[in-house]
Amino acid sequence: MRRLLVGIPYLWLLVLFLVPFGIVAKISLSDVAIAIPPYTPTLDLSGGWSAIRAYFAELDFENFAFLASDDLYWKAYLSSLKIAAISTFLTLLVGFPMAYAMARAPAAWRPALLMLVILPFWTSFLIRVYAWIGILSTEGFLNQFLLWIGVINEPLTILNTNLAVYIGIVYTYLPFMILPIYSTLEKMDGSLLEAAEDLGCSRAQAFWLITVPLARPGIIAGSFLVFIPTLGEFVIPSLLGGSGTLMIGKVLWEEFFNNRDWPVASAVAIILLLILIIPIVLFQKNQQRQAEAEK
Amino acid sequence: MASSGQAEVFAPWEDPNEVPLIKIAGVTKRFGDFTAIDNVSIDIYRQEFFALLGPSGCGKTTLMRMLAGFETPSEGLISIDGQDMGAVPPNQRAVNMMFQSYALFPHLSVWDNIAFGLRRDGLSKDKVAARVEEMLKLVQLGQFARRKPHQISGGQRQRVALARSLAKAPKLLLLDEPLGALDKKLRQETQFELMDIQEKTGTTFVIVTHDQEEAMTVASRVAVMDHGQLIQVATPEVIYEQPNSVYVADFIGDVNLIEGAVGAIGDGAELLWAEGRAALMGQPGADLSKGSKATFAIRPEKIAISAEEPMDRRNRVQGKILDIGYLGNLSTYHVELPEGPVVKCEVGNRSRIERRDFTWEDEVWLSWSDTAGLVLPG
Repeated sequence: MRRLLVGIPYLWLLVLFLVPFGIVAKISLSDVAIAIPPYTPTLDLSGGWSAIRAYFAELDFENFAFLASDDLYWKAYLSSLKIAAISTFLTLLVGFPMAYAMARAPAAWRPALLMLVILPFWTSFLIRVYAWIGILSTEGFLNQFLLWIGVINEPLTILNTNLAVYIGIVYTYLPFMILPIYSTLEKMDGSLLEAAEDLGCSRAQAFWLITVPLARPGIIAGSFLVFIPTLGEFVIPSLLGGSGTLMIGKVLWEEFFNNRDWPVASAVAIILLLILIIPIVLFQKNQQRQAEAEK
Repeated sequence: MASSGQAEVFAPWEDPNEVPLIKIAGVTKRFGDFTAIDNVSIDIYRQEFFALLGPSGCGKTTLMRMLAGFETPSEGLISIDGQDMGAVPPNQRAVNMMFQSYALFPHLSVWDNIAFGLRRDGLSKDKVAARVEEMLKLVQLGQFARRKPHQISGGQRQRVALARSLAKAPKLLLLDEPLGALDKKLRQETQFELMDIQEKTGTTFVIVTHDQEEAMTVASRVAVMDHGQLIQVATPEVIYEQPNSVYVADFIGDVNLIEGAVGAIGDGAELLWAEGRAALMGQPGADLSKGSKATFAIRPEKIAISAEEPMDRRNRVQGKILDIGYLGNLSTYHVELPEGPVVKCEVGNRSRIERRDFTWEDEVWLSWSDTAGLVLPG
């Protein structure tokens, strides 16, 4: 019974992560072909031992060599990293004050405020991103409003630029930043700030010396929760971004569906996964440290 | 100050030339419709160990928070060392506070917690280090300097909090229920340590507590509060032996209360308590007027118990033993008087051999001297 219980998560991992990963890894080592599926070789067990040997002999790292030779790919990786880092920072900038205000709000309001943060998840993510097109486009609500109050004379071009991508990412991932920061701030004992003030701090000093360090585990967790999915983000840059927006998720999609080059697309995915392992491991370490500190 | 040879009693409040360090003058604090502090005036002198005592919600914590600067009085003035504190924020007062929760910064080591206030003053590194070491020595925590607060015991945390609040050598140290979180044995030890440290540093301490034993043990003077009002300010001895009201008598220690009316007032005061019974004789605890409602207060340890009627004492009543409580060092007898009230009487168990003179249902006499009890108004 116990073995079964322990086994379930491993089975889950095997079926939903390791098997698909194995398939993608295999495709990344294959060659493109005009066939269904669009790559070669495919395994034919009826051919016996020699067929299997021939199958493995055909696999190679050609696609990875190709990724390294064409500068489109590493530029896309770098650009993704940059966009993810900047978006994470912007999300933190917007999310921290919100989390702080929520944690300082009267206890009776907090569940309602929490609800408001989570509420957008109740509608489809895709619809919400489309809604931003309506807001940000040249004839969109934002431009109409700005023209109406007279701040600008000509509509701003926001849609199909990196700015629109940042807006979309900050909007979409804000709850992932707010929730962990809120949970650390909410636990904070208010008398710590009084103690800091009593010992000679101004309010601002107390904030930097006490509140921020104590919220650090939440800030780190929130930043990773935004950074990791943003790095491979595909929907937001393709809907809100323009031709100048280079992100690896978009490249991946184009390789798969426009070029039908599954092997190169798989190689792109494998590299992306390898890049993501670093922040994921760091995130896990942060979570572990926090759990130990709370013991 | 103590002069050579004989020790003088520390009682600056009795010296009319002494200038108080803290003057609380006519202070009222309201939160909306609720009056937390109602026209309170207290003078606190240098090097005093002053206790604010009362049940929870009596306003003692609010008063302390006003001294720290976290609350401002709605009316009245607070001055510290001659300076009006009205507009001085907490971070600019020469006052430090030890919080009930200790409020140690969890992300900083013991050392950095103690250094926190010193660094805000912009002291040089060497001076900070020297002062922190001095404080660590004072509270005997040298070997724990590098630990984080969650890595030390509750008693040690309490000492870190004390060291941190003393590090800046404040003129006034406020202690909010400082021993509340400790278990009984540790609390008793720490009480004496606290007095020791107070004496060593010569700092003026104001302690807030709901524990009357704690207040009596540590304090030079105790202020008893109730519903935002100051009921009595006096030394522990006076608070215990000369309470000015039934409230104080009842709040501090054990007491028997017998209700009646004031009789003749002469050397002492008489209390008429039951038809056809001799009046009880006691000291007047406050201004009394003949015929007004009053309560006789007598401490259980001041009552003697005997089988024979003690003819030489005016205050004597007969009753039946209802209950006997054996506490080891003493026994408590609950004696029911025919008129109804149950009087508690404590007798020390001085000899080890079990020799009980009295048992349940015995008729016994209780008696006490003319000066043992108090007649209090109300």
